[in-house]
Amino acid sequence: MAISMSRYNARRRRNRFAVALCFAATGFGLIWLVLILATLLWNGLPGLTPALFTESTPPPGSEGGLLNAIAGSLILTVLGTVIGAPIGILAGTYMAEYGRFSRLSQVVRFVNDILLSAPSIVIGLFIYEILVAPLGHFSGWAGAVSLAVLVIPVVVRTTEDMLSMVPGQMREAAAALGLPRSIIVRSITYRAAKAGIVTGVLLAVARISGETAPLLFTALNNQFWSTNLNEPMASLPAVIFQFALSPYADWQQLAWTGALIITFAVLVLNIGARILVRSRNPQ
Amino acid sequence: MNAPMVGQGQKQKVAVRDLKFFYGDTLALKSISLPLYDRKVTAFIGPSGCGKSTLLRVLNRMYDLYPKQRAEGEVLLDGENILAPGQDLNLLRAKVGMVFQKPTPFPMSIYDNIAFGIRLYEKVSRSELDGRVEAALTRAALWGEVKDKLNSSGLSLSGGQQQRLCIARTIAVEPEVMLLDEPASALDPISTSRIEELIDELKSDYTIAIVTHNMQQAARVSQYTAFMYLGELVEFDETSRIFTMPSDKRTQDYITGRFG
Repeated sequence: MAISMSRYNARRRRNRFAVALCFAATGFGLIWLVLILATLLWNGLPGLTPALFTESTPPPGSEGGLLNAIAGSLILTVLGTVIGAPIGILAGTYMAEYGRFSRLSQVVRFVNDILLSAPSIVIGLFIYEILVAPLGHFSGWAGAVSLAVLVIPVVVRTTEDMLSMVPGQMREAAAALGLPRSIIVRSITYRAAKAGIVTGVLLAVARISGETAPLLFTALNNQFWSTNLNEPMASLPAVIFQFALSPYADWQQLAWTGALIITFAVLVLNIGARILVRSRNPQ
Repeated sequence: MNAPMVGQGQKQKVAVRDLKFFYGDTLALKSISLPLYDRKVTAFIGPSGCGKSTLLRVLNRMYDLYPKQRAEGEVLLDGENILAPGQDLNLLRAKVGMVFQKPTPFPMSIYDNIAFGIRLYEKVSRSELDGRVEAALTRAALWGEVKDKLNSSGLSLSGGQQQRLCIARTIAVEPEVMLLDEPASALDPISTSRIEELIDELKSDYTIAIVTHNMQQAARVSQYTAFMYLGELVEFDETSRIFTMPSDKRTQDYITGRFG
């Protein structure tokens, strides 16, 4: 066989060109991430004081922290997850285990995909219409429910995907022992897909912990310490939104530091989710 | 068809009568009739797509997990038609166990893989359960290799060990019939011969049906053989006769390697 060096070299050049483009694209993407993190650290770190975690948001010109916003964010996120995740897991379980071949599953999957990409501000407006306007006041509950609505589609999707990845043979083997479907799901397929489902929930938590738009119409914000879910409630994204747009330097500083906290919390959640996925794979 | 004459006087544990099977509108089994004799090994052989696995999956109604698959005719287990509408599938499958081609340990410890099925159907004390687990593993010739690591994951075992674990799991719930779907085709020769020895021992207690692509294996482990082709049962006879003087030319061609 005669090797045509000119063809070979041309291919090598094309290959190098493509690889260079890939590196450039990766670098371009990473630069922004690094710049964002660096800016956050640069502007946020100076405000990272103990008072941040012990005092509530101040009026302009006085000392204060983000305690009420951090607590509010934790409460809203946890509550949103506690409401949304079980619904999502149950729906995903139905689609992957019980209704795998049913028409209902196809419809739910389609609707869920729409919900997954729905702008979160629309969700906020929707909850405003059903939970805020009729009751006449903003509330922590409304905020938690709007976050739950954001959690559900993410968890439905990951739960269904992860359960679908459990080999059908595993279900057949369990059924062949005479195990009823409910026990197969609880003891076999959940166990096999556990890490993936937990990852889905963690990713949903990461997503909602930074959401601002749905909270502006529901939980609104609160200048003071409050854990009453029937009252408006502070949250980090809402406080950042308000303070960053303000003309006061001390508020702006708090907004930077709040953004730093939220970003690192999300980063930690994402890394945790990734470690979970990795720990599952080598089996 | 010579089925009624073969093995006369033997007890029929399972009797398949005029069985037709459909995948949607496709007829996959064309009126199959054959017996599985009590405490004997019956091998189903034939080229890929001939319907032997489909037949096996009718015997514990595994096909019921999927829509658009249905069976017509009768499959009598101890005289009772398991295709009848009221049949409780979980009880049926507890009586008719199945081992698959690919080893499928559950994602739990070796001990729990075995104990799981037992706990579901019987109320047993811890010590009794320990005994049952040991007995099942011993029976499946795996006890010696795993007795010191019963709490490790079933997935940590080698392929051959995993398959014996699956057999132990099936034995542990004390079925009456065992269906083996190419149980050794994913294993190396040493593991394969262990599985074959195991099948030979198990037939003293169980009625066994095995699907295999390996004709030497069918000849070694079974007393009866069914040769299937294109959804039909071509020939059913004592294994020794099938492999020495088959009455149908297609059987002859298949076992001598002329097609398939």
